[in-house]
Parts: sequence; C-alpha cells; structure tokens
Amino acid sequence: MTVVIVCAAYVLASLGSDSRIPANIIPFLVAVIALFMGAHFAVRKLAPGADPILLPTVTLLNGLGYVVIAGLNEKLAAAQATWTAIAILGFVLTLWWVKRPRDLERFRYTFALVGIGLLLLPLVPGLGYDAGSGSKIWVKFGPINFQPGEVAKVALAIFFAAYLADQRELIATSQWKIGPLRLPHPKYLGPVLIAWGVTLLVMFYQKDLGSSLLFFALFLVMIWVATQRTSFLVIGGGLFAAGAIFAWKTLDHVKVRVDIWLDPWKTPSGNGYQIIQGMFAMAFGGFTGTGLGRGGDTRIPAAENDFIFAVIAEELGLLGGALIIIAYLLVIGSGLRIAADTDQVFDKLLATGFTLLLGLQAFIIVAGVLRLLPLTGVALPFISYGGSSLVMNYVILALLLRISDQTSKRAMNRAAAEVAA
Amino acid sequence: MNRSIMKLGVVLVVLYVALFAKLNWIQVVDKNSLDSNPLNTAQVRRDFNRPRGTILTADGTVIAQSVANPDTNSEFKRMRVYPEGELFGQTTGYFSFRYGSSGLERQYNDELSGSTFDQQVKSFGDLFVARENVGNVSISLRKDIQETARTQLGNREGSVVALDPRTGAILGSWSWPSYDPNTVSSLDKTIAETSWKFLNAAPGVPMRAHFYQDRYFPGSTFKVVTSGVGLQTGKVTNTEPAYPYVNGYTPEGTNKPIMNFGGETCGGTLPEILRVSCNSSFAQMGAETIGAVDMVAGAGSFGFNATVPLDMPEPVKSVFPTNLGNNQAKLAMSSIGQNDVQATPLQMAMVAGAVANGGVIMKPHLLFEVRNVQGDVVSSYAPSKWLTPMSSSSAATLFDDMVGVVKGGTATGMAIQGCTVGGKTGTAQLGTDPPKSHTWIMGFAGPPGKPPTVAVAVVVLNQSGGSEATGGRVAAPIAKAVLQTALAAQGGC
Repeated sequence: MTVVIVCAAYVLASLGSDSRIPANIIPFLVAVIALFMGAHFAVRKLAPGADPILLPTVTLLNGLGYVVIAGLNEKLAAAQATWTAIAILGFVLTLWWVKRPRDLERFRYTFALVGIGLLLLPLVPGLGYDAGSGSKIWVKFGPINFQPGEVAKVALAIFFAAYLADQRELIATSQWKIGPLRLPHPKYLGPVLIAWGVTLLVMFYQKDLGSSLLFFALFLVMIWVATQRTSFLVIGGGLFAAGAIFAWKTLDHVKVRVDIWLDPWKTPSGNGYQIIQGMFAMAFGGFTGTGLGRGGDTRIPAAENDFIFAVIAEELGLLGGALIIIAYLLVIGSGLRIAADTDQVFDKLLATGFTLLLGLQAFIIVAGVLRLLPLTGVALPFISYGGSSLVMNYVILALLLRISDQTSKRAMNRAAAEVAA
Repeated sequence: MNRSIMKLGVVLVVLYVALFAKLNWIQVVDKNSLDSNPLNTAQVRRDFNRPRGTILTADGTVIAQSVANPDTNSEFKRMRVYPEGELFGQTTGYFSFRYGSSGLERQYNDELSGSTFDQQVKSFGDLFVARENVGNVSISLRKDIQETARTQLGNREGSVVALDPRTGAILGSWSWPSYDPNTVSSLDKTIAETSWKFLNAAPGVPMRAHFYQDRYFPGSTFKVVTSGVGLQTGKVTNTEPAYPYVNGYTPEGTNKPIMNFGGETCGGTLPEILRVSCNSSFAQMGAETIGAVDMVAGAGSFGFNATVPLDMPEPVKSVFPTNLGNNQAKLAMSSIGQNDVQATPLQMAMVAGAVANGGVIMKPHLLFEVRNVQGDVVSSYAPSKWLTPMSSSSAATLFDDMVGVVKGGTATGMAIQGCTVGGKTGTAQLGTDPPKSHTWIMGFAGPPGKPPTVAVAVVVLNQSGGSEATGGRVAAPIAKAVLQTALAAQGGC
C-alpha cells in the first residue's frame, strides 16, 4: 500500500518538475517494491510477531523523503537510493543477527566505549572535518565519510538501557538528604554529570547543538523512566538550563542561532536567510501545496537535509505537513507501546530510548524549521538526505521490531503454557 | 515504569501538537502576509518560470512570447520578450517580476499560463503525455494597420482606433507616445527600475493605453450622437426642423452666444447642418428640439457614462454631463461636444460603428481565440451586442447624412475611390491665444451597397489652429490611410 503511494508520488513529482513520466519508472518501481517487500518478508520471517505499523509508516516517510529529494537534485537522489538499499540491508541483518535484545545487554561497556569513542572521533586531528554546516561532526576514512555521532546515539542508548536496568533499584532507593531536599545519592549522580559533560563537550567542540540536546534528553528521560524519580528531571533540567545560558553567553555560534530564532528579519539576507526562505516556501504551499516536484527550488540552503520539512510543507501543503507529523506520532505511539508491553526492564528502557531518539530528533528539527525552537541542524529521521542517519535509524527500527516480536512470542508461550496446564 | 512511559508519550504528543499548531500558523494564518512580503519572490518566480503562451496578431505576428533566459545562472529560467516593441506596447502591456503586469498580459494571464478551468480539464486527460498546457492568445489587431497608423500619426500626440462594426473586433489601436514593454519587463533590476521611473515621469504618460484609458473633448464629432438621439426620439428628421441661418445661437438664460466657426452663417435641415458642422443649429437642436432628459438618456444609450465591456484592464468611462438641470447654456454647449463632454477615442469609433451597423454597438474586444500548444482551439470569442442606441431606420438616415459629409462637407479628405465612406470631423477648442485644439475625425467605410466593414476614430492632440477645417485637414489623411489598409486586408471594397 505505502509502496504504491510512494511510486505514485514519484511519478507525480517527476511530472511536476519536468512534466514527463520518468524514463526509469520501471526499474524504480521494481527496486522500491523489491526493497520494501524484502524488508517486509524479512520481518515476517525473522520477527513474525512484531508490531505491524512501524515498517509501513517508516516506508512512507523514507519514500516520501526520497521523492522530495529527487525533485530537488537527481544526483543526491541516486545516492539516497543507494543508502536506502544499504539501510534496508542493515535492517535485515540486524533482525537476523540480534535474536534476543538481551544479547546486546552483555556488551554494555563495549557499547559505552564505542559510543563515547565515536562521539569524540571527529575531534581527532586529521580525521574530523566540517562539511560546511559549521558543525564538526564528520569523519573521513579514506574514501568513506560518515557521521559517527549517528552510530554513537544508538550505542549510547544501548549502554544507558543496560546500565539503568542493572542499577535502577539502587539509584531509586538511594537517599541523600540536604535539609528538606531528598536527592539521589551523589554516587549515582555521577552518570548524570558524565552525560552532562559529554553533552557540553559536543556542544563546545563540535558545535552540534541538536545532538547535544538529544543526548542529554535521552539520558535524562531514560533515568527518569528507570527510577521514577522526578528529581532527576529537575536536576537535569537545571543543569541543562545552566549549560544553555552559559553557552548562549559565551559561544558565538549558539548566540547567533538564538538571535536568528528571536528575530530572523533583522538579517533577512544574512543569517536569517535560510529560515525566512523556509517560511516563505511553507506559506506559499498553503493548505494543499504546490504539488510534488513543483516547489522546493534550491534557494533554501540544506533543503534536502535540515530543511526538508519546509520543502514537503511547500509541495504538499498543510495536508502533507500534517501527514508527516501524524506519521511520527504513529512511530512514537508504536515505539512506546512496544516499551510498555514488554516485561523485560532492559527491553523497556531500550525501546523507550530508541523511540525518544526518533521522536525527539524529528521534533527538534521540525520545531527549528518552524521557528518554534532555535534551529539546530539535525536530520529528519528517515526523510532527510544522509547515509549514516538513515542506516542507523533502520537499525533502531529493527531493534524495536525485535523487542516487539520477543514480547508477543513470550505472550504466546505463556498462553500455550496456560492451555497446557 | 509504564506510567512514566505514558507520561513521556503525552509530552511528546503535546510537542507534536505544538508543531502542528505552528505549521497552521505559518501556512494558513500568516500565509498572506508572508506571501506579500517584498522579500518573497515565490509567486513571481513561479509565474516567470512557468511556461507562458504567445500573443499573436490577426496577421500572424508574434507580439509577446517567452524565451529561455540566456543567463543560465539566473533564478529565472524564462524571460518575456516583445518583438514589436512599442508598436503593440500599450495593448500587450508588460509582464514584470517587479511591477506585475498590465494590458493583455494581465487580462489574459490565466489563458497564457494555461490555468483556466477549460485548459486544466483538457490537460488532465493529458496527464501521462509530455506537453505544456499554456495557451497561445490570438487577438484581432493587425500589424499592417498598426504600422499605417504609426507612420501617419508620426510624432504628434494622439490616438487611432479602427474596429469592425459588425463584430466589435478592434483592428488597430495605436497611440503616441507609446513605450517598449521590453525594458519594464527586463529581468535586469536596474533596467527595469530605471525605465519604470522614466516612463512614469515622461510627458504624455506613455504606459497608459490612450485609446481607451484617456478621454478628450470630442468637439463636433459628438454632433453625430446629438443627431442620432434626435432621429431616434423622432424629434429630428432629414426634413424637420429647419434651423435658422444665423452666425450664433444664444441659449435661454444667458446672453453669451455660441458662435459658428469664423462667425459664418449656417443653418437648415439635418443633412445640411451636419455637412458643414453648424454649431448654432446643433446647439439649438440639443437645447430646444431634444431637451436635457432625452440628451442625457440618448448619450447614455451610445455608451457615455457606462463602463465599456472591453477585454482590457481598467477602462475609463466616456462622460456626458448629467447635472444639467435647467442650464440651457450647458446643454447647448454639451450638444456640440464641448463643456463637460469627454470621450475616449474608442467611444467615438463605436459611435461611428453604431451608425454603420444598423444602430447596434457590438461589445468591443481584442481577443480572437485561444489555442493550446497543439494548435487546437481552446476557446474563441463570440461577438455579442452591447447597446442599441438607434433603430435601423434611424441609423440608415444618419448613415446617408454622414456619407454626405464625406462627399461634400468637412470630411472630404476621407473619401476613398470605389468605397462608400461616411464621416464627421471635430475640432475641440482648447484656447484661443494662441488657438489650439484637439482635432478629430471619425467614420466608416465599406463596399458600396453593403454594410461598412471598418469604423475608425482619430484624434490628434494640441494642434494649432481652431477652425472646423482643421480637423479635416489634420486627421482625415490618417483615417483614410488606416481605412484603406483595413479594407485591403478584408479584400478591398
């Protein structure tokens, strides 16, 4: 079903941009159907009890993103198609390889080391570089460029989940009284401070505001879910606020972002250009949009990446924008239901963390484009152009489906046991 | 833990609802102010980058078309060019990314860009075939007539309008000063801005389409309207009344006489007073024979004080005073086309056309048809009646009288060998020191014994001299040449 929608959208987009049926429609159809059918059958075979909503929803997001990218730049579209194929391969491999989420739990410290190592990798002289966005988040290994931060997000989420699954009882019950305040014991505040430190590091040295916000929120929410202690949210929120204010006062690149957010019209052809052009584009799209392939000219910088939501809202209007928002809500809903349904603590925390990664990241960038928050350059999951992000998001999807499958399998076993009894 | 997860879900839903609300704000609530922001070029760029059809004359000349922009780095893929420049400038109008559009570009924007309902529905069937759905607009103007008018008028300020009285199709519409829309429509910001400023400050307002957007005192050409009203009301015939032979007429309530040109003595019945354009007789006809009520209604029936249904933007009304009351002097002056009477050149051509077309004024129009890229007709103009100021018998009488003016009156300069030509001159005096006037002529021509096929009106502004002969001398050769060109295109008389 979503495959049909994506193909129809692709044809329309081509018609819209150069008013002809794409010559490569047959291979395109075959490739799209093969890829997503492949993913679908892999799920049926490898994780038959998995949530049925996630994959089709993600297919729609991924396909729509591809169609919009194809309308912007055919070269990028070809690369994105390759990345989609690799990502779906990664998805199937993850499903095939990770039979039980608990298998991952055993390697928690490996994941922690890998995660932090990857996060710091761009800071290694000679390896890291700035791809022109002002953020030093890229790494170059010979011919291969990638954003290690994308992998680090997944690795760290796994580590957090494993660590908290182990320690949550201790953390939750520990007391540290200062006057009327009942705080967690300082021993267990350590990890919070480490997370905070990593966040600041990312913000200061890599100038990647969106990712630092995402890391910190990820850890904070996971520790809150694990321990049920609101004080973590309060302390963490306070730390974040302090860090943010400090960054705004001292870091030029943060100050610029905030100034743009407060008033982009001050520098309409300078710093405010991107966000203003994005708003023009969205307004021009109106309720029903200009039609696929008929909007989103290249005047919006990073239209295929950070600003792809503006292009979608221009081409498909309010209806298309709402569709994207609803699709992410479906992903969030499915992800959190998977988290709620499982009775394994690690699985629960992992699913929560992954869902938060997807849902919060999408929110951060869309809110930035809509000028609801200061703009921070992160990718729109499954839609934006970019290989690292796409591959890792599909890995997250595979792990969510795996958790979901395990839950339903256990439920079936229990039912079978009851019948047998 | 599930309670926290639920709370997390609620928080995320709230965040996304905020996104949806802000999206609504930008795309719906704030849409108009963002769209109209001067920094926003989205609309203009879309119109400019969208294919746009060609405008063609009746004799197949391209007068407006879109071509690929030679500057491939430009944000505009196409540019609009006007191969004939000023010759059709006031009719095509301009199509500028800075100043919007005017003329036919504005009037037929939807047809040219292929966005009318008909074009959209037709192209929907073509969804899977590669084609553009722009419309090519053909109009009734002819290049040869335009060129004749331009040559004849030269660098004198004025207007020429020729139309087919049987259909209302405008065959020629030349005015000087005109302008070249290429400059205003230029993609080069400096060229567009400079020429815009220059043209707006230039004397004679070159960007205004004078033939239907400017009005002037019609002078004695208005006597045809007065005659028509007299005939139609039955108060005047070719034999009754016979006006006294005098050198001036003094209306009731004043002691200032309306003098004949050069103080000459004239009078008699309608054919005679029309031939010599007798001021005293027509002043008396309007003031005493017809009266204020019938004059106001009659002028209205010829199209005065009404919006012309021309297919061009912002036409101006021709005016005949309606606040006459018992002011006989004003009525008398108005009846000879002075005082507050003002007419567009198009209006006077339509008056001549009414006489030529059995008393019926057809809706004036420029559109001939719209074709798609394949050459199929998408829509075509169907002529229709606008006004019927006279019965066919009244029109026939006036027709003969106007032919008499060309045969042996003030408009002999318009006569064409082998054709039936009728006309009426006019000299609207602007001042006497030195004497200056707008010189007019209007009329019609066609094969003998058949309804005329061309009606024409010419006005040349600010000519020195103030005699009735001035109109005939200055304007008649222009009208004659234009009539001849138009008749030749129709196959002669």
